[in-house]
Formats: sequence, structure tokens, C-alpha cells
Amino acid sequence: MELGPHAAFIWASYGVNALVLGALIAWLVADGRLQQRRLDQLEARGVRRRSSAAQAGPGRRTS
Amino acid sequence: MQTLTQRLANPTRFMELSQWLLPWLSGLAALLLAYGLYLTFFVAPPDYQQGETVKIMFIHVPAAWLAMMGYMVIAVSSFGLLVFRHPLADVSAKAAAPIGAAFTLLALVTGALWGKPMWGAYWVWDARLTSVLILFFLYLGLMALRSALDEDPALAGKLTAVLGLVGVAVLPVIRFSVDWWNTLHQPASVLRVGGPAIHSSILVPLLVMAAGFTLMFFALHLKAMRNEILRRRVRSLTMAEVERAARLEARTAE
Repeated sequence: MELGPHAAFIWASYGVNALVLGALIAWLVADGRLQQRRLDQLEARGVRRRSSAAQAGPGRRTS
Repeated sequence: MQTLTQRLANPTRFMELSQWLLPWLSGLAALLLAYGLYLTFFVAPPDYQQGETVKIMFIHVPAAWLAMMGYMVIAVSSFGLLVFRHPLADVSAKAAAPIGAAFTLLALVTGALWGKPMWGAYWVWDARLTSVLILFFLYLGLMALRSALDEDPALAGKLTAVLGLVGVAVLPVIRFSVDWWNTLHQPASVLRVGGPAIHSSILVPLLVMAAGFTLMFFALHLKAMRNEILRRRVRSLTMAEVERAARLEARTAE
């Protein structure tokens, strides 16, 4: 693929694009996993959201 | 009958809907971007003036559009929070800030990388470039303000919403800067009265890339909103756990 005399600028643009968007996607995925893990840990310790406790039915402990 | 925004006011319902929507949105964005890249590198001809450097426009222009759209999302969400107190408005505004900042950064960097071979300079203090730089600082300001008020999320939400609404004044300045002032940046060539001034061989790849970028923006925004809802649940459960521990301790002390 021949991109002419300014090929370095073109590749740099697409490289920066991939880097920034890749970092953004990686951060969002990692953040989502971290929050889900924290939520799971809290629920494993018996802390429940009111809506979850209500769905689980009477007799279950609510937070 | 409930409107869509009223139905989505329930975070649990939003989580269910977004979980279903996110893979479709991401997949469609990936397909469009792959097709757009194919058109960019294997189909689109070099521009008669810019040569192959026009390929930078296929990412610069969508990034610049989304930089502005990201701020519109923040402004509309801020309005939704301050006026309607919509439960997800603050979540949406907070989630859009880093994504909008990323697209603004991309618009600035790719613009500089196009400017050097075409204008002979990475940067000029042109009205369009300067107003986009201000937009980038506005995004950073919104994130910094929210971060500084981390201990009081409700206050942080309200104050960033006010700043978000005040800052929306920069959008018409960006849009019309090329008409109001004598700028080095070229005037609008796609969204203009009289239709696009670009040949279809360049316009089609540009629009395909823009559509892919836009779907990716919404996919990223949905994901960031889901993360923020989870973060708020973690926060409220942590506080509930601390309160429960304090109650137990008090009972034991009695």
C-alpha cells in the first residue's frame, strides 16, 4: 500500500486513534469487572440491595 | 403511558436493556469500522489537493463531530438532572465526560498530524482549533470538579451539571467559528447548506467511518453508564455494611 510522502503522518494518526480508543475500551472493561467483583464480594458477605432482597422473597435478610 | 426516558428511569431496567443492547451496538460498530477502514485504505482515491493525507480526515472528522456530540450528551443530561431530576441523568453526564474528552483529544491530535504536511504547522491559534482546545479543557474541568467533590456525589452532580450547561455555549462557537472569523481551518464541507462539497468517492468512506465511530461512542457510553451504576451500588452497599457494623458494635457495647 503506497501512501505517498506523508505516510508517517497517516500511520501516526491511525496509531494514536487505535491507542486512545484501545485504552478507553480497556479501562471501561477493567472498571466494569472491578465494580462487578466488588459488588459480588459485598453480596457474598450478606449485604443485599433492597430490590434483590425483595425478589428473594420473605425470610431473607435485608440490608 | 410512560415515555422511553421514564421507563429507563429505573436503573435495574436500564441495566437489563443495556446488557442486551451493548453486544449488538458494539458488533455493529466493529463491522462498520472494519468496512470503513477497508474503504479508506483500499477503495478511496487520493484527494486532488491533499493526496493520500485525506485518509486522516476519515478519522479526524468523525472524532471532531463526536467531541461535540459528547458535550451535547453532557448538556442534555445536565438539563435532565437539574430540571427533571432524572435518576440516570447524572450517571449519563458523568459517563460521557471521559469519552468526549478522548474524542476531542483525537480530533486535536489527528488535526495536528494533518496540519503539518498540509499547512506546514502542527498548530495555529485559529478560531476553530482554539475553540476545540477550550472544549477539551472544559471536559477536563468537568472531570476535575467531580473528582474534587468525590465525598459528596450529589453536590458534585449538581455543580458539574451547572458547569456543563454553562459550557454548552462553546458548541455554536466551534460550529460557526469558520464562518464568523477568517480561519485557516476550512469551512464546513459535509453538513452545509447546498449539500456536501465532497465527491462521493471520499464522502462515502467518511460517512461509513462516522457511522461506525458514532455507534462506538454510544456503545462506550452505555458501558460507562453501566459501570457507574455498579459503582453507585457498591458505594451504597458499602455504606449499608458500615452502618450495620456500627449498629452491631453499639448493641454489643450496651
